[in-house]
Amino acid sequence: MAGEEVRRLTTPLSDADIESLHAGDRVRLSGVVLTGRDAAHKRLIDLLDAGQPLPVDVRGQVIYYVGPSPPRPGMVIGSAGPTTGGRMDSYAPKLMALGLKGMIGKGARSLPVREAMRQTKCVYFGAVGGAGALLSKYIKSAEIIAYEDLGTEAIRRLVVEDFPVIVVDDVHGNDLYEEGRKQYAQE
Amino acid sequence: MRTVKAQTITDTIVQLCMEANYNLGDDMLAAFDKALTKERSAAGRGVLEMFKENAQIARTQRLPYCQDTGFVICFVDIGQDVHIDGGFLEDAINEGVRRGYKEGYLRASIVGDPFNRKNTGDNTPAVVHAQIVPGDKLTLMIMAKGGGCENRSKYKMCTPAEGVEGAKNFVIECLKTAGPDACPPLIAGVGIGGTFEKAALLSKRALFRTIGEPNPNPEVNALEQELLSKANKLGIGPQGYGGDTTAFAIHINTYPCHITSLPVAVTIECHAHRHKEAVL
Repeated sequence: MAGEEVRRLTTPLSDADIESLHAGDRVRLSGVVLTGRDAAHKRLIDLLDAGQPLPVDVRGQVIYYVGPSPPRPGMVIGSAGPTTGGRMDSYAPKLMALGLKGMIGKGARSLPVREAMRQTKCVYFGAVGGAGALLSKYIKSAEIIAYEDLGTEAIRRLVVEDFPVIVVDDVHGNDLYEEGRKQYAQE
Repeated sequence: MRTVKAQTITDTIVQLCMEANYNLGDDMLAAFDKALTKERSAAGRGVLEMFKENAQIARTQRLPYCQDTGFVICFVDIGQDVHIDGGFLEDAINEGVRRGYKEGYLRASIVGDPFNRKNTGDNTPAVVHAQIVPGDKLTLMIMAKGGGCENRSKYKMCTPAEGVEGAKNFVIECLKTAGPDACPPLIAGVGIGGTFEKAALLSKRALFRTIGEPNPNPEVNALEQELLSKANKLGIGPQGYGGDTTAFAIHINTYPCHITSLPVAVTIECHAHRHKEAVL
């Protein structure tokens, strides 16, 4: 469970980084993070299924499940907290097979996704859902790199600095939600 | 007969949409503080502190509290002595949403068709529930309802034999299955009685009550308290990281029902509980 110390990691994440992480670890993430949620995932997977190349290389990358609000003039990004990760469960293993190393979202993942994470060495981080105004402050730049027509759901390349996350699912089979609930459930 | 201009309704909705998204209610801020005094989990307290900081940034920088600026649900209580002049009510509301979301840099989250899923680009249409009430005032109540929590809302037609125990079990079951996905700590709006659609409406309307304000019927309030206590023993905690604060409040509204029925609807709401109202 969550220690008091905070790990600092920079993307891209190595397999050694990932193996060293345990559910409940608090992490500050820096570096490049891609964004993608429902509509972008659907397009990526449709391309893969058709044997076509993807517009982005996900090897070694971390995908943040976020659909930001529009930035005010002069701002990098609007409010930018995580969306529910479970909606990407049917797509995620195919991206992990291509070398995806991390996902940032909120909410539980399915057992098959957690199994795929173990096999491919990929970690699932939780960011605090609904804290989009605060989380936007850790995003230093944002540019759309694919599917601009999807608006908020376009794929963006973010550069983040000390972005606060917690390890929800590690590659050792642990899940923060299950452990946390067990620890505090009464009756 | 009193006249309310459609333009006034539009202008009011513009403001309500922005204020709801930037300014979390004082009742929610108080709920965060109260939870902080009770929460045993350090991770849980950390999350609650982040909510407070987030609310502060949202308020002072006019940045949405949550990037999911929601589906606009609008309850309108129209005094029967009110005449709306210069346009159709729903058009006036939708124009207000259109302007409020564009001018306020709020996210467009609505697709125009459930199947082709093309974003309408301006967060319209709103979901409007209008009813005629006594008097000559027009009350606009809007909620910016996030998708993550709405997706965990549920309905069950209990049998009269299942009774209050059946209803209680279902509410707790809903909170359990909402789990970490719906951004806990949660608020449950519960509608018990009426019909299928009436129960759902009661559950939504219950969310407009000030957090923790009791149902005026002491029996129903006792049920609210009992369920809140049960919910906070589930262990889910803030963001699902484990803890004592799984729900901030359970608000129940009831209505008469058919001799064969016991409808129970539960609207799940997250900590980003954004709503505002105005009386015209």
